[in-house]
Amino acid sequence: MADDSISRRSLIAGAAAAAGSAITASVLKGAETAGVAQDAIDPTKVPGDRPQVLGSRSPHETPEKLVSGSVGGVTRTPLQDLYGTITPADLHFERHHHGIPRVDPDAYRLLIHGMVDRPMVFTLDEIRRFPSVTRTYFLECSGNGGAGYTESPRPDMSPQQLDGLLSGSEWTGVPVKTLFAEVGVHDAASWFLAEGSDAAVMSRSIPVEKAWDDALIAYAQNGEAIRPEQGYPARLLLPGWEGNANVKWIRRLELSDRPFMTRDETSRYTDPLADGTARIFSFEIDAKSLITYPAHPVRLESPGHVGITGYAWTGRGRIEQVEISVDGGATWADAQLQTPVLPKALTRFSYEWEWDGDPAHLMSRAVDETGYVQPTVAQMQAARGPRSRYHYNTIRGWRVESDGSIGFATV
Amino acid sequence: MRRFCWIALATVLAGCVPVDESENVVPAGESSARVFVDRGGSDDSPEGGYGYGRPATEAEIAAWDIDVGPDGAGLPAGSATVEDGLEFYAAKCAVCHGADGTGGPNDVLAGRLPGDAFPFANEAVRSTVGNYWPYATTLFDYIRRAMPFDAPGSLTDAEVYASVAAVLHLNDLVPAGAVVDAQTIANLRMPSRDRFVRDDRTGGPTIR
Repeated sequence: MADDSISRRSLIAGAAAAAGSAITASVLKGAETAGVAQDAIDPTKVPGDRPQVLGSRSPHETPEKLVSGSVGGVTRTPLQDLYGTITPADLHFERHHHGIPRVDPDAYRLLIHGMVDRPMVFTLDEIRRFPSVTRTYFLECSGNGGAGYTESPRPDMSPQQLDGLLSGSEWTGVPVKTLFAEVGVHDAASWFLAEGSDAAVMSRSIPVEKAWDDALIAYAQNGEAIRPEQGYPARLLLPGWEGNANVKWIRRLELSDRPFMTRDETSRYTDPLADGTARIFSFEIDAKSLITYPAHPVRLESPGHVGITGYAWTGRGRIEQVEISVDGGATWADAQLQTPVLPKALTRFSYEWEWDGDPAHLMSRAVDETGYVQPTVAQMQAARGPRSRYHYNTIRGWRVESDGSIGFATV
Repeated sequence: MRRFCWIALATVLAGCVPVDESENVVPAGESSARVFVDRGGSDDSPEGGYGYGRPATEAEIAAWDIDVGPDGAGLPAGSATVEDGLEFYAAKCAVCHGADGTGGPNDVLAGRLPGDAFPFANEAVRSTVGNYWPYATTLFDYIRRAMPFDAPGSLTDAEVYASVAAVLHLNDLVPAGAVVDAQTIANLRMPSRDRFVRDDRTGGPTIR
């Protein structure tokens, strides 16, 4: 059994000591030129690793969230490192208002009361026993991308830094309307308060129609229980609506005939307009798209084929079309959309481009099924004012220099 | 039919026709302006429901029902003078919000703009309770839930009233010597109360 005792490490050590040996040379393919012995092992010539109780990423793949702030902080999804349309749950963005609470699933209760026939309490086990639905939706913080809402944005921003408060998941839960039927919501109820069990007891008022439409109490994400930072054990999920209203660690729904005017729907998450007003309850995310490759800090090595790709999304249904410009918006051509295109979900687009080595200015423009066209910064600033806040869904651009370097440049 | 009225108003706004601001304000008690597919209120639930859950007790509801509405509903008994408030503020709030509500490291609380202007979409102006928040009731609701930051939810109702009294006074919204209670908070008309308008974005070709 001598062969079995030869570990990968001892083979590598042996290779270093006995370079030139015929046996070692067959195992270590190109070790001398690669300079990294472990990478150079021919995997067909050594036993593989044992299976583990939990999988892990390849040590060569190290996507990470970008963390800023503390308990009131955020993490941003590494959009440029991802493929397809689903964000791995451990890379999903976060925005907390007072940290991540530790909720005991056995002690968890959801209270529904107010304008209902039967105020009721549900345990987590009961919530999971209701008929469930599983649907794919994006989530985006309505503050996402504010650094792009300016005529002279910083060029040294990556997709993650600019728009990383965006993720896409498959969510499983019980429709809120199922729970509302259970408690007997009064016809006169027009709003409900959604309240979390974090230290901010974060709360938002939601129009009751959203419950009759597609709102969920979600308890699973991408096939597993929702993670603590995403609202374990259960959260409100409002497809297509700004992230903040999707209250995590949901503990209470109170039906009412008026909104509650909580802090996060008045002093925050309201959108000032140039005429001296501010939009309130601006829930829907309008159509937006972002090229995630090529993008800062990537550098194109040489002219030739470049597979432009990125995400498009809209809170108003399906993405109908994504157009690409390589000349700063002078001309546009259709990108391919990965199918199926799901409503209120991330849509992956791609465009095959031949770079001739000259400076170029890449842009993407999304059109949704309502006919809404992702606007330019100038259009949006004309409509709202240059310092308006939230819902920054303007066209994003990347300027490619002749040396292949890339910087964020919208206008 | 109310819903259709709001859609019509949204169309007027989109055309940049000047409208009476008071018509434009979100009235308490209105439903939203959104158009939803009406799937009925009962889902496919069986008659009598699925039978999960149990009735909530009065005590359970009372323990969690901490929200304060814009009409003052939910405000508890109690009061504080501005002077009580300033003393409490200095002890518990100033460390994060500055001695007069304009410092850091956390949110700027105090400050009014000349003429109570609302230039936030046009200029880089810090929003404060006094120049931005539409309802004083929100102040009580939020402080009771979430403050102080290192011991959230720990204040007595009297201490919350004291905090509210201080923040309102630092914004010149109640005078020295005033007593702040449920009545004061519910009746106070905040400077920016009428600035908030319905979301008129509806999809379609118009950029709003």
